[in-house]
Amino acid sequence: MTTYLIQGAAIGAGAPTDLLLRDGVIAETGTGLSAAGAERIDAGGLVALPGFVDLHTHLRQPGREDAETVETGSMAAALGGYTAVCAMANTDPVADTAGVVEQVWRLGQEAGLVDVQPVGAITVGLAGERLAELGAMAESAARVRMFSDDGHCLADPALMRRALEYVKAFGGIIAQHAEEPRLTQGAQMNEGVQSARLGLTGWPAVAEEAIIARDALLAGHVGSRLHVCHVSTAGSVEIIRWAKSKGWQVTAEVTPHHLLLTDELAGGYDPVFKVNPPLRTAEDVGALREGLADGTIDVVATDHAPHTREDKECEWGCARPGMLGLETALGVVAEAMISTGLLDWDGVADRMSTAPARIAGLSGHGRRLETGAPANLVLVDPAAPWTVRADELASISRNTPYAGLRLPARPVATFLRGHATVLDGKGQW
Amino acid sequence: MIRHLLSAADLGRDDALLVLDTAIEMAATASRSVKKLPTLRGRTVVNLFYEDSTRTRISFEAAAKRLSADVINFSAKGSSVSKGESLKDTALTLQAMGADAVVIRHPESGAPYRLAQWLDGVVINAGDGTHEHPTQALLDAYTMRSRLGRIDGLRVTIVGDVLHSRVARSNVLLLDTLGAEVTLVAPPTLLPVGVEAWPATVSYDLDAVLPKSDVVMMLRVQRERMNDSYFPTQREYSRRYGLDVRRLGALPEHAIVMHPGPMNRGMEIAPQVADSPRSTIVEQVSNGVSVRMAVMYLLLGGSGSKENS
Ligand SMILES: [Zn+2]
Repeated sequence: MTTYLIQGAAIGAGAPTDLLLRDGVIAETGTGLSAAGAERIDAGGLVALPGFVDLHTHLRQPGREDAETVETGSMAAALGGYTAVCAMANTDPVADTAGVVEQVWRLGQEAGLVDVQPVGAITVGLAGERLAELGAMAESAARVRMFSDDGHCLADPALMRRALEYVKAFGGIIAQHAEEPRLTQGAQMNEGVQSARLGLTGWPAVAEEAIIARDALLAGHVGSRLHVCHVSTAGSVEIIRWAKSKGWQVTAEVTPHHLLLTDELAGGYDPVFKVNPPLRTAEDVGALREGLADGTIDVVATDHAPHTREDKECEWGCARPGMLGLETALGVVAEAMISTGLLDWDGVADRMSTAPARIAGLSGHGRRLETGAPANLVLVDPAAPWTVRADELASISRNTPYAGLRLPARPVATFLRGHATVLDGKGQW
Repeated sequence: MIRHLLSAADLGRDDALLVLDTAIEMAATASRSVKKLPTLRGRTVVNLFYEDSTRTRISFEAAAKRLSADVINFSAKGSSVSKGESLKDTALTLQAMGADAVVIRHPESGAPYRLAQWLDGVVINAGDGTHEHPTQALLDAYTMRSRLGRIDGLRVTIVGDVLHSRVARSNVLLLDTLGAEVTLVAPPTLLPVGVEAWPATVSYDLDAVLPKSDVVMMLRVQRERMNDSYFPTQREYSRRYGLDVRRLGALPEHAIVMHPGPMNRGMEIAPQVADSPRSTIVEQVSNGVSVRMAVMYLLLGGSGSKENS
């Protein structure tokens, strides 16, 4: 196994340091390190961060291998600086049994580029009617701790309560896609000035906020852990701030696209901008950035959602919602949070690695870059503007909303337990 | 002139007036013994209809034929369209066929915008979902102008299911461009959230607005909307928002009554009102052909012409 000597990388917002990666761990840190036989990496001007952890990734396998596979999604993740991703359960078949989550987990191991941590479905077939065997998934080789019916909201309040209670027995957490289904029937985009103009059925903010408020109250009532997926509105940020002030165990994520893009992009009816929850207004974007900066929102999660050309090259109303996110997340976060001064690199390390690793229970990830820690880390060039090209992405799918956009920073090297998965911005596979 | 007609907002004031002035000339040809103009000879106009709308299709077809264009009707029924061919594949087919213009009617908002990205030819929106129907707005403006002599300063009241109405959206935009004052009247359930950004006033009280209206335009209201609780019953809708004989009497004497059709007689409009001399409903249909001729003439007859330029 190659030993790497990373020279002169700033540790987050800190001072330049050398890092010696040997036998899967950070063997030494300091200045002026040397090691015989080590491959040297000149990291002057680069920032070293713990490898990113994505709480919300759609890898599409099993079932839609024409859109993404565990392997190609792992490549995209590694290039994005990730060392772990949580694979959502809305596959075909649904990841609602120990068998399916173990299959996904094994595919991740075989790809070997990031740790693929399966998320289990809460209800059988994501149908929202009865609990899946959550305990069996927890005890499986995949060791599932996070459960979600993502893609669907678990709307039944009694079932939501039971799920929240039940997973306490094995330290589980329920991740909710907050969308009141009756308020979003046929919904196509954010309800507001733009939907009125474009004649597209609105997806009102209240449909998200009402579910978050209900779930936070339930989580508080039964003393369980709730995680709110892809928070998209200013009102949701306020409700989560309030729930946290009560001391309840509520965490939340925001996607890169909700930190940067607005519903005005729907104007040309190009479904590459169609996503669920939908792009909101500039006011919402501002509130989400503030919420992420002050910690109300704990993490950035991509909601990486690959879709084939057929599912996007069509009428807006016929297109499937979702956007690629893994390879552009860091650049978008740098644009939305670093360039604006809302977060420094330590803040990015927390929101993209430490906090999501803690929520997902991934103890080998999100650790401080110090001697003895697993060598899961990413080197970021904070001043390497690049233009997103859909054709250059590792994902099978091409549905990036950022094509042609210039982003200020990018990951240049990623290490998973000391193995370089990415060097000089290129995948090592 | 603009390249496509996708939204009434595409038309600036000068362009909109040019269409209306040209439509007057087109209408004059209809009274001649030889009704056809040679303008679009050798050009192909495709009517691509994903929704049943015989009246709109026939109107466009008549307009294209009077300009001597070759017309191909490509309707959803009995074609590859209904067999699940994507809009993009259909666009590529039409492109290969050499379509100079495609008139598209589609149940999805924005479909004409997608089509315009995949075709070289002119795209004319003949109604897309709940978005727009710009040639309807043009023919409505033409009708107002011919009946009342102007559009600038007219007080136009649009009544009914604004939320789902492509006619309302296009009319609000075009009438604003042409200087009219628009008031929207509807139950609050049938107005979109975000309507406050439109260049129009909103009222829930039809009786209060009618005496101050030069034009009242009644929108079609589908009876099925009451199943989604947009309003309780047909009877209550008619009582609060229908145009009956009593309300007709509350209009100023010169005021006209419009309806884009097809009407629900007895629902949004009483039969006696629809058939009254104030009603422009029949002439709206004939004006539709003239306006659509003008649109095709201006979009296709200009510099893009293969033969004439
Ligand atoms: Zn979701």
